[in-house]
Amino acid sequence: MKLSAMDVEYAAGLARLEITDQEKEIFARQLNEVLLYIGSLNELDTQGVVPAAHPGGLTNVFREDEVRESLNTQEALTNAPDTRGDFFRVPKIID
Amino acid sequence: MDFETVIGLEVHAQLLTCTKIFCGCSTAFGRPPNSLTCPVCLALPGALPVLNRKAVEFAMKMALATGCRINEQNVFARKNYFYPDLPKGYQISQDTLPLAEGGHILIEVQDGNTKIGIERIHMEEDAGKLIHDEANRASYVDLNRAGVPLIEIVSKPDLRSPAAAVHYLKSLHEILVYLEICDGNMEEGSFRCDANVSLRPRGQSTLGRRTELKNLNSFRHVQRALEYEVTRQRRLLEKGLEVEQETRLWDEAQGMTMSMRSKGEARDYRYFPEPDLVPVVIDEAWVAKVRADLPELPQARRERFVSAYGIPAYDAGVLTSDRRLADYYEDVVRLCDRPKIAANWVMGDVMRLLNEDRRGAHDCPVMPESLAEMILLIEEGVVSGKMAKEIIEQMYRTGRPPAQIIAEKGMVQITDEGELDATIAAVLEANPRQLAEYRGGRDKLFGYFVGQVMKLTGGKANPKLVNDLLKKALHHD
Repeated sequence: MKLSAMDVEYAAGLARLEITDQEKEIFARQLNEVLLYIGSLNELDTQGVVPAAHPGGLTNVFREDEVRESLNTQEALTNAPDTRGDFFRVPKIID
Repeated sequence: MDFETVIGLEVHAQLLTCTKIFCGCSTAFGRPPNSLTCPVCLALPGALPVLNRKAVEFAMKMALATGCRINEQNVFARKNYFYPDLPKGYQISQDTLPLAEGGHILIEVQDGNTKIGIERIHMEEDAGKLIHDEANRASYVDLNRAGVPLIEIVSKPDLRSPAAAVHYLKSLHEILVYLEICDGNMEEGSFRCDANVSLRPRGQSTLGRRTELKNLNSFRHVQRALEYEVTRQRRLLEKGLEVEQETRLWDEAQGMTMSMRSKGEARDYRYFPEPDLVPVVIDEAWVAKVRADLPELPQARRERFVSAYGIPAYDAGVLTSDRRLADYYEDVVRLCDRPKIAANWVMGDVMRLLNEDRRGAHDCPVMPESLAEMILLIEEGVVSGKMAKEIIEQMYRTGRPPAQIIAEKGMVQITDEGELDATIAAVLEANPRQLAEYRGGRDKLFGYFVGQVMKLTGGKANPKLVNDLLKKALHHD
């Protein structure tokens, strides 16, 4: 498998990252090295091994349906770069 | 060319848990903006989700009620996309191992029942709410709803008309409300629907190019939007044009669907297993426990009402439309064993009084015991049907049993023959002209005499007895 600069551009687009053409080349090379390294796992024989969704081996961790106190509105908004009244404010979203 | 309509629906139902799916924040609706949040549903760094057990059990109920196979292995997955109502930048949902798959429900259409397949039911979290400010080119975000538990119910493309789609939707809605796992409030967004629509030449087995419709906030919107879209697509195809695969928004005011401008970018959610949550294993014992807890479902109950109580299908439909109302009706029947009469009272006066106050049957002030007692009092001739109308009104206002109201108001029906004979004699004496005319052949005047007797007794005379005694009196001398 080989990643092209186009693939990097696509991935960057999904992540909303702006990168230069030069960076695309650099990242494509670096990501290919990563994939090559990870790709060595493909040499393992995984016949008969059940796919794992989680490495811990734990299952069924639940909480009961009991209300706990929430943050107050001021606390909730503290870290926001822009607010208005009790709301977070963001640039207008156009569908 | 003759086209066949193919519709599939995706329904999102908010679960009636007290808390969100992955944190202890309340799910209450209508609270001040951003007052029900915490580090988990705000996506603050380091906060970890923990699954609400009740949300899983509620979802299992719907899966069992629709005949789905519950997967033993359940895995949550991240669905990645950016939108300001989604603070984490991904929605925790389910992908390859959803809660349940392969069910169906039956819907009633003109020519009997049709099976509508259910592809899958999965659990996920709701997003926050956005309010758009046209004037200021800004949007405001309220995250109270972020993390409210949802189930998504995906139908197979088995629906063949807008009417069938609405039927299916109403059935799902009814089941969810019956199970008491969703309040079904479409205005508040507790029950939402997206529709996939396509047309194909009749007889063709492959599906045509489809559009996805959004913003369907009521059953009426669903019907109108689908009808509009079917017509729009047919006109395109008849002209030899292609239907573009896209998402369209229903605009109720203009009565049309409109393309949502996409930025020409295909959706790529890059699902992967959610590393912050461990798998859920649902064994047979757990399934059996939830199954044992299921109430009788509306369709089964309707059929039983018809067969066990001998009431018309229409009555059974009305009475089972609300689980608490059906419970109420059954309590009354159990106590008086007069199913048809009980159905008439419940569907008539009881429902009218409840509707006037927008009250549910579970807090009806007329206790089932009281209604049953009144029905028996009518049958015994103690009160007339007309008096009963007044009594039930009083029972509703005061919550008191009928005997007490009858005693207080002196409403007991007059069944004393001597007393009625005397009243009849007085009426005949006071109306010599009418009496002569009646005896001269004007039979219609019989009703006039009955009316006079009722008037004199303040409506308390037993009508059947009045009839008998009056006949005797008129033909006697």
